Amino acid sequence: MFYKQKLEEIKNKKEEWEVNQRQKVVSKFPERKKEFKTSSGIEIKEIYTPEDVGDIDYLEKIGFPGEYPYTRGVQPTMYRGKFWTMRQYAGYGTAEESNKRFKYLLSQGQTGLSVAFDLPTQIGYDSDHPMAEGEVGKVGVAVDSLYDMEILFDGIPLDKVSTSMTINAPAAILLAMYIAVAEKQGVSPDKLNGTIQNDILKEYVARGTYIFPTGPSMRLITNIFEYCSKYVPKWNTISISGYHIREAGATAVQEVAFTLANGIAYVEAAIKAGLDVDEFAPRLSFFFNAHNDLFEEVAKFRAARRMWAKIMKERFNAKDPRSMMMRFHTQTAGSTLTAQQPDNNIVRVTIQALAAVLGGTQSLHTNSRDEALALPTEDSVRIALRTQQIIAYESGVCETPDPLAGSYYVEKLTDEIEKRAFEYIKKIDELGGAVRAIDLGYIQKEIQESAYRYQKEIESEERIIVGLNKFQIEEQPPKNLLKVDTAVEVLQKEKIAKIKEMRNNASVKKALEALKKAAEGDDNLMPWILDAVREYATLGKITDVLRSVFGEYQQQIIL
Amino acid sequence: MERPIRVLVAKPGLDGHDRGAKVIARALREAGMEVIYTGLRQTPEQIVEAAIQEDVDVVALSILSGAHNTLFPKITKLLKERGVDDVLVIGGGVIPEEDIPFLKEHGIAEIFTPGTPTSAVIEYIKQHVKRAVEK
Repeated sequence: MFYKQKLEEIKNKKEEWEVNQRQKVVSKFPERKKEFKTSSGIEIKEIYTPEDVGDIDYLEKIGFPGEYPYTRGVQPTMYRGKFWTMRQYAGYGTAEESNKRFKYLLSQGQTGLSVAFDLPTQIGYDSDHPMAEGEVGKVGVAVDSLYDMEILFDGIPLDKVSTSMTINAPAAILLAMYIAVAEKQGVSPDKLNGTIQNDILKEYVARGTYIFPTGPSMRLITNIFEYCSKYVPKWNTISISGYHIREAGATAVQEVAFTLANGIAYVEAAIKAGLDVDEFAPRLSFFFNAHNDLFEEVAKFRAARRMWAKIMKERFNAKDPRSMMMRFHTQTAGSTLTAQQPDNNIVRVTIQALAAVLGGTQSLHTNSRDEALALPTEDSVRIALRTQQIIAYESGVCETPDPLAGSYYVEKLTDEIEKRAFEYIKKIDELGGAVRAIDLGYIQKEIQESAYRYQKEIESEERIIVGLNKFQIEEQPPKNLLKVDTAVEVLQKEKIAKIKEMRNNASVKKALEALKKAAEGDDNLMPWILDAVREYATLGKITDVLRSVFGEYQQQIIL
Repeated sequence: MERPIRVLVAKPGLDGHDRGAKVIARALREAGMEVIYTGLRQTPEQIVEAAIQEDVDVVALSILSGAHNTLFPKITKLLKERGVDDVLVIGGGVIPEEDIPFLKEHGIAEIFTPGTPTSAVIEYIKQHVKRAVEK
């Protein structure tokens, strides 16, 4: 980025500064720590100068926003055009209650919906299944049939909002329900905007809501890619997620590496299934974590964009620029929130949200201060949303794209994260790709090592967490936490019974039998699932049909 | 003859958050205990069966889904029904303060909430384990 001659001068000057200035100070006043490192263990130098970025070719590695390699962002204007989508993940209890929360959030200026489903829904059990006991409506909304989805989106025009659904193993079923609700509203599928998470690989390594073995799971995912490319063209068919990998303990470098390795596996599977890369790749989206280490996080987002562009162009020969653009959602890091002095979490979330915005995110969820204690209350969610609005409207960081570009430190970190993440990807390639690396337990083991190291650092006070291992106070137990009514389970069971009386059970049976036959063959399963959903077959029963054909995933226990 | 403390680290319920369970399992192991980890999505019946089969001194339950009030008491009840009364049962996870008295009434000896150092759990187990073991 600089002329050679100037670099030589800077180098000489820096050596003088080191001897005449820094060494003198350090000899009298030693630095706070022996070594300074980012969360990924990247060494942080005493100073960054043009020397550190001397060999970075601006046009090749950084470029302009909206252009390859997208280091500076995916749109030419970034937030000068429009802000990111402010999207708070919400949902609990019944569809009726969640529908109320959605309408509240939309009335407060939120610009997109993000649906949290309860665990039985995520794992394909109806609310009346024995495995669902105690879990119904707890961490999200319970959805048993199309009937619940109709209530969930009642009064919300689906051609006007974009909806993100955190659903993975049964993603095809929930997407089918969403399409069916839209049909009833008179909205055709090609008008629908939104995202399904649909990222099963990170479920095996980090999040845990898998159902089927890897093979059939990958088939369902490629079925969705294919179906949506034809009928739901504006839908983001997957959100390849580093978020949960990071939450499980991975470092920033590991988050990028494992997420992109999973991304590569999905692209390979779709190509193998006969799809053309530029047909489905523009609809791939990503989901990252925003952690505390501000500059490392910004560098992480920039590196991830540059790496994906390169992978799509060079490894998969994509031609459409949209296939190379990494668009991503970000959520602030839940695992950094403390149960101690919970109001401090507002500050943590602010720093993390700032990192996401400086990193050029397309949408953002900010966590609420009370999430280490329970589901957030309405007041806490409002503060979290206001945090985004203050960054957007008051901080001034949105007025020019990628404002940290050219920082010697940030550019160097971006390079370093890219280099280290590509080393991991190479290692995963050598093992036979992400699916194989997961089956071998390699990725899980790497994440666990980092998680354990992090905990050790906190306990040895090498890592300070304010209010947790320093600056503690005596505290009263927090009040006014959100409690999910246990009556939800009863209500859901009643609804299932009601639906079973109202629907045409012969048609349900027929649709499920047809789905079974399709699952045994090679058909795209989306149309068959859609048929079953329209007949009000329950999510649990549809999943059972698939379980009977595909079997279930057996977890690798690695300690 | 004294032997190392045997611990079953178990994940009841449907949530997949096992970072805490695995960190605890490893810390207990490094503290000299023998640790068995069940993996995710274990029913109360499966956990009790494993505790008996593995002849553990301690059952350490980890849950972040909010289903603790349903599942924890079920586990202690099943243990009692199987005639097991000398196993220390403890729990951890995102568990609101106000639920803790209820859980203690139902036989969960202690609840560890977010931010607990692993050393505190190790110390607690060593002091409260009911059977004659190496401490």
